[in-house]
Amino acid sequence: MMAFEQIPKKDWYGILGADPSASVSDLKQKYQKLVLMYHPDKQSADVPAGTMEECIQKFIEIDQAWKILGNEETKKEYDLQRHGGGLAVGTVLLIEEDKYNIYSSLLFKYFLAEGVINGHTLLVASAKEDPADILQELPAPLLDDNCKKDFDEDVGNHKTPESNIKMKIAWRYQLLPKMEPGPVSSSRFGHYYDLSKRMPQELIETSKWHGFFFPEKLSPTLNIEPCSLTHGYIKLLQFIQNVIYEEGFDGSNPQKKQKNILRIGIQNLGSPLWGDDICCTENCDNSHSLTKFLYVLRGLLRTSLSACIITMPTHLIQNKAIIARVTNLSDTVVGLESFIGSERETNPLYKDYHGLIHIRQIPRLNNLIYDVSDVKDLAFKLKRKLFTIERLHLPPDLSDTVSRSSKQIPAASSRLLGQECGVMAGGRKHLDF
Amino acid sequence: MFPELNNLLNTTPDRAEQGKLTLLCDAKTDGSFLVHHFLSFYLKANCKVCFVALIQSFSHYNIVGQKLGVSLTAARECGQLVFLEGLKSSVDVFFRAQAEPHPLQFLREADAGNLQPLYEFVREALKPADDGQAAWRCPVLLVDDLSVLLSLGMGAVAVLDFIHYCRAAVCWEQKGNIVALVHDSGDAEDEENDILLNGLSHQSHLILRAEGLATGFCRDVHGQLKILWRTPSQPAAHRDRSLTYQYKIQDKSVSFFAKGMSPAIL
Repeated sequence: MMAFEQIPKKDWYGILGADPSASVSDLKQKYQKLVLMYHPDKQSADVPAGTMEECIQKFIEIDQAWKILGNEETKKEYDLQRHGGGLAVGTVLLIEEDKYNIYSSLLFKYFLAEGVINGHTLLVASAKEDPADILQELPAPLLDDNCKKDFDEDVGNHKTPESNIKMKIAWRYQLLPKMEPGPVSSSRFGHYYDLSKRMPQELIETSKWHGFFFPEKLSPTLNIEPCSLTHGYIKLLQFIQNVIYEEGFDGSNPQKKQKNILRIGIQNLGSPLWGDDICCTENCDNSHSLTKFLYVLRGLLRTSLSACIITMPTHLIQNKAIIARVTNLSDTVVGLESFIGSERETNPLYKDYHGLIHIRQIPRLNNLIYDVSDVKDLAFKLKRKLFTIERLHLPPDLSDTVSRSSKQIPAASSRLLGQECGVMAGGRKHLDF
Repeated sequence: MFPELNNLLNTTPDRAEQGKLTLLCDAKTDGSFLVHHFLSFYLKANCKVCFVALIQSFSHYNIVGQKLGVSLTAARECGQLVFLEGLKSSVDVFFRAQAEPHPLQFLREADAGNLQPLYEFVREALKPADDGQAAWRCPVLLVDDLSVLLSLGMGAVAVLDFIHYCRAAVCWEQKGNIVALVHDSGDAEDEENDILLNGLSHQSHLILRAEGLATGFCRDVHGQLKILWRTPSQPAAHRDRSLTYQYKIQDKSVSFFAKGMSPAIL
């Protein structure tokens, strides 16, 4: 039903005649060949003026394409935009919570804050915190481009500044709905937020949101057919489905024509507070409750203009099979590992960071391939104002002259999960210098 | 379909075999490219296909199908393709009580014992036309994927029974084919999934197993494909033939090469 279409932009890869998965050296070869072909000086003298102009135009394009694709930073930005660095509408992003749910709840709040700024409708579900309170804690947006400079100063000194890739926490929908063309205009690719300040009250009040606070929804009697889902999940699914239908996000309500996006945020899914016991015991009574919930949820998402972020305390789930099934039922899966309380907290290798981000799964949407990033080692740190995700740099054995086109990913990357191919069989390799 | 894979399997749409069960499995990687291959292969082979698509939406398969040269919308309209869209149907089944039995009925039931409604659906979809005229070559059942049925509360035995019934109806009665994808959970200790995978492996004529590389992520080699030809009806007196290749998935095709012979290295 839903097609994850790209918003058309200039196709730099197409201009160079290369596959998006081509290596930088391939791109360079293509560029060099094309530039020789189209260089104005290389054309024969008797070429008519019209084609000469086209030639020049082509030459400029090729040059531009290489300027963007030849530079690692701009290439990364372009790739992110091409495949959308944000969350595709109709999909589920599952965040495996860090042990104390500090950083995962930050990402959760970023997601909601971006929804407020973009004027999306929010649906916040929690069994622990009242959604109204969660909204009060959203970070304040920085709507001025100049603020980016403040952050850069904050960042401190790096050994090789060129090779730092700051990944913005940017959520952008990239779907043009089949039924109703025309995206909600938000030409900004994500926004910056200041964590030291709260979202202004006026912005929260003017935003449209629906809250699901499970303790308030407990009803004394069950009037629904039993279907092996826990009560909390059934209620939540019905609530979500109701909002989707009533507000017209699935296009089935004749009275409501919706062009907006519904952002669904579900906190601590799977925790005992939802009435589920998968975090309590290995042989749980209702081991299919969560997976069934995820399946039906994804069905709802695929048939509506919504995107969902879920945080889940997977570190508490004792049955590994359930974690594997949950991963298969989600689209994008990201795991946060904080260093608090672990030996890495005092390990000098990691002193610049607060934790690691593991990309466990990336979806292939309408494609055989997916956006493969070179960056497999990601670490995060929480500063006073900003939460940044960076490529993990292990000092200091990288040579001073790191060339741009060939990034040597240290051996440590083998222990971080690769999306496509296997995981190193459990073992952790220490770097031996 | 991927021409290189056809070469490896020594088959073309014109010469597709009949009465076979093909098992697709993936371990530590995404084997869905194999599903896309067989879907477009059998559509091009002029077979009637019943696709039980439980994991992705119709438009996802359609868009990839177009890259591979088939139009699912056209196939569906002319009756060549019967498409069960699991995600969309699950919403219908879950929230509204259905008047007639629905293939995904088990979503509403706490203790669904078996997949009979789903089997009836498949049987109905692939039964030959009343007038006896064979409009299509042979019926094919394609399932993406079976492991998700376990996540939805069915036991491994129920899923094996379902495949057994389908084999009787599709492979034996109508000389058609079945292609199904099962995930290999590896060290996740998913007992039910292991039972399902082992059970199906013993019944299959052809097993295609996509594995991630043991050494981790590689940009130019996305994984390894193990092809195993079997004869389930005969005792294993003679050895089954097997081949291993590595592959790289591209935008519209998949290229295969012998181990260590990736073009990026040569």
